[in-house]
Amino acid sequence: MSDFIEIGSINDIPLRGARVVRTHHGDIAVFRTATGNVYALDEYLPGKAGPLSNGIQHDEKVTDPMYNWVFDLTTGEALGADEGKVETYEVKCVAGRIHIAAKAVIPSVAAE
Amino acid sequence: MTQKLIIIGAGMAAGRALEHLFEVAPNAYDVTLFNAEPRGTYNRIMLSPVLSGDKVFDEIVTHTAEWYEENGVTPRFGEKIVNIDRSAQTVTSENGEVLNYDKLIIATGSNPFIIPLPGHDLNGVIAYRDLEDTNTMIALGDKPGAKAVVIGGGLLGLEAAAGLALRGVDVTVVHIMGHLMERQLDEAAGYLLRKALVDKGITVKCSANSKEILGENGKVKALLLDDGTELPCDLLVMAVGIRPSVALAAEAGLATGRGIHVDDQMVTSDENILSLGECVEHNGDIFGLVAPIFDQAKVIAKTLAGEEAAFSNKEVATKLKVTGCDLFSAGDFADADGREDIVFRDPARGVYKRLVIEDNRIVGAVMYGDTADGNWFFGLIKDREDISEMRDTLIFGPAYQGGSPLDPMAAVAALPDDTEICGCNGISKAQIIAAINDGAHTLDAVKSISKAGSSCGSCVGLVGDLLSFTLGDEFKMPEKEVVCKCTDLSHDDVRKLIIAKELKSIPQAMQELDWKTTCGCHICRPALNYYMVAAWPGTYEDDGKSRFINERVHANIQKDGTYSVVPRMLGGITTPNELRAIADAADKFDVPTVKVTGGQRIDLLGVKKDDLPAIWYDLGKAGMMSGQAYAKGLRTVKTCVGSDHCRFGTQDSTGLGIQIEDAMWGAWSPHKFKLAVSGCPRNCAEATCKDLGIICVDSGYQILVGGAAGLDLRETDLLVQVATEEEAIEVSCAFYQLYREGAQYLHRPYKWIAKVGLDWVKERVVDDLENRKALAERFHYSQKFYQIDPWAERAKQGVDAHEFAPIADFTKVAAE
Repeated sequence: MSDFIEIGSINDIPLRGARVVRTHHGDIAVFRTATGNVYALDEYLPGKAGPLSNGIQHDEKVTDPMYNWVFDLTTGEALGADEGKVETYEVKCVAGRIHIAAKAVIPSVAAE
Repeated sequence: MTQKLIIIGAGMAAGRALEHLFEVAPNAYDVTLFNAEPRGTYNRIMLSPVLSGDKVFDEIVTHTAEWYEENGVTPRFGEKIVNIDRSAQTVTSENGEVLNYDKLIIATGSNPFIIPLPGHDLNGVIAYRDLEDTNTMIALGDKPGAKAVVIGGGLLGLEAAAGLALRGVDVTVVHIMGHLMERQLDEAAGYLLRKALVDKGITVKCSANSKEILGENGKVKALLLDDGTELPCDLLVMAVGIRPSVALAAEAGLATGRGIHVDDQMVTSDENILSLGECVEHNGDIFGLVAPIFDQAKVIAKTLAGEEAAFSNKEVATKLKVTGCDLFSAGDFADADGREDIVFRDPARGVYKRLVIEDNRIVGAVMYGDTADGNWFFGLIKDREDISEMRDTLIFGPAYQGGSPLDPMAAVAALPDDTEICGCNGISKAQIIAAINDGAHTLDAVKSISKAGSSCGSCVGLVGDLLSFTLGDEFKMPEKEVVCKCTDLSHDDVRKLIIAKELKSIPQAMQELDWKTTCGCHICRPALNYYMVAAWPGTYEDDGKSRFINERVHANIQKDGTYSVVPRMLGGITTPNELRAIADAADKFDVPTVKVTGGQRIDLLGVKKDDLPAIWYDLGKAGMMSGQAYAKGLRTVKTCVGSDHCRFGTQDSTGLGIQIEDAMWGAWSPHKFKLAVSGCPRNCAEATCKDLGIICVDSGYQILVGGAAGLDLRETDLLVQVATEEEAIEVSCAFYQLYREGAQYLHRPYKWIAKVGLDWVKERVVDDLENRKALAERFHYSQKFYQIDPWAERAKQGVDAHEFAPIADFTKVAAE
């Protein structure tokens, strides 16, 4: 099996927009920033923040809609005074298609 | 013995490879050069100056017929190779001739990508790739009144557009992304570039999707966009990208991916076939820039000469230029962990500079308007020079080490003298400066002499800036509350400058108002978006991405990530049919909680985001629309039953409430706006704690404003008593509009009134009848554009469908 799985076209996510990938172990938010970069992070930091795909993006950051925590999309780290980190996943864009690390979405791959 | 070398393609890569080959191995090969284009090598990058008329084709030819002859190259120009037989080591030309080779170089370059829109094969639809395309565009300029559409707002598309415009053609650029050249420029520089192109007479449409190319008698007539806009044109240039040309190599069975696979020696999967240029793929990379391709040319020549050489793709910074636009982009300017920005803006000169710093080194630079220092920064990027010593003054360039800091008053200084600063008293910038020069050296003195800032006070920040700007250090500005860390301006300053400078988009406002960050934050973006919505109804395109999630998906997010849905019920009146539809929807979508709200509406709580459009569709079928319980805008008009049923009722409070809600629904405002109409002073609708409340009395209607029943508890004040329903509605709309135009984002009316004073509001809404009427008219005009049911748009027309459905769902995929 390939290390990456295609999840859709880059045009499925508008600039400064985000979409969710549902998996058996929770939702992953896939962001596309104003400069066209694509990032994948856990949708929730349980009990603290999320759903992050619903936040407002600015530069390579997103502001959580619930408590206004700001997360760095490149690292998943909460910025400023808040402490916390959401998991980030490898994602890449090839010929206009978005591919996510297979182990992020398929449990059997993660287990192997 | 000389070997036979055949080269397919005489582009810049092949031309450079031959030069190197003759240097390192002058007589080793007998070269035959095929080219599908009926000419030899020319500098394709210079087609833009040919198009714009700065150069003629002969000036950009790099290899002449004499050069080929002197070097013993047999040119076969205008002839295509249609087949490669690897076992026989032969190629076949299109007229059937078969030629032997010992070594073969494939240099087929790339093909322009043509979007397969309906009508793409019409006459008059061209790419921008070769001399033929360029000549077609030049010929169009000779036709008076000619129109062209360019699809693609990247470098190539803009070069085509700029050249066509210089040839006198009426050009429209259609770009699918939100700003031009999004891969090389950030939003701010993209905005300035757009402005420059518009100044050249080019029409620019961003975020525009092409739907179909319309034709007549087999010739292009217009481009149809998916919003229904038709752009008439005599020529349509598609400049949306290029693809490596691999077909010939793939048919011959060579290993290909996106491009033809080559190793470090530029050899393909067949040891006798080499390849270079835009058609190759090396370690996963493909190439579009000339620098790495010229490196490949050196390597391929040495490989052919039997020397050791290896190609490696160095991450080089690239610079670019659009005809007539002062623009520079180099390196990597995406935000990333550990990177910082140095941003310099000079709104008056239209200058934007941004340096991206990582580990005390510049990794990227974007510049617009003043690119004189571009090469210096380019050098610093390439050499990875440590800039920590000169960091403070770095952005000013090499000539300006140790310069003075930027003038923070740039935005105000740049205003024209006749700009109205104080709208209440009609005082211009020139009048305020005259007052200051006459000795008014404090805010209070300016207020009393010029009257500026003496009424609502919202221009005090700007008056202060004018004092600083005129007096320098002599004037100490009282601390002002800025919007956020992205700017030195207050909300009032920003609102006034948006109007004064006619700023019509968020990137434009950020540039012209000297924003300190590249694209703002979650505090200033929603505020700017609202100010644009309020200032430019009908022309401003709402930016959903700058809105809080509730306003973006038109429902209220709950703590578990589900949403609540509140249909509108004008005046709190519903019907058995509506109630049945709500009950059916609650059953169908497993709504866990159904609640009656404080504003007399019904709330369906716990709806899954994916289900929102479907539940709206069902509610819409029963005639219901969004209750906008999520909006910084009109919420509900609560009513009592009034004279229809109640023995105490003095007027038809329910009917009036319905009329007001019918006039006001859909409007956006600085914060939520709640109303109530009570039929008598017993006040069952609790009108005295609303943003606007009406209490009916025998002699008419008392209009009360500025109540609050939230974190702050505040009773309303009487604005005016009027005699008729019509007047009550007009006063309500006029008050709402005055608040919409003046208050700072996230201030409820009571906070705004505390700042401007109730008397100031009364002067405008009660005393000055003409002004009341004008305010109400502006409100109704704006409503033409905002009274659209957002649920219907999403449930029936598929607006923003990407907001609701996941992009992929692996929970439905069976585990492997």
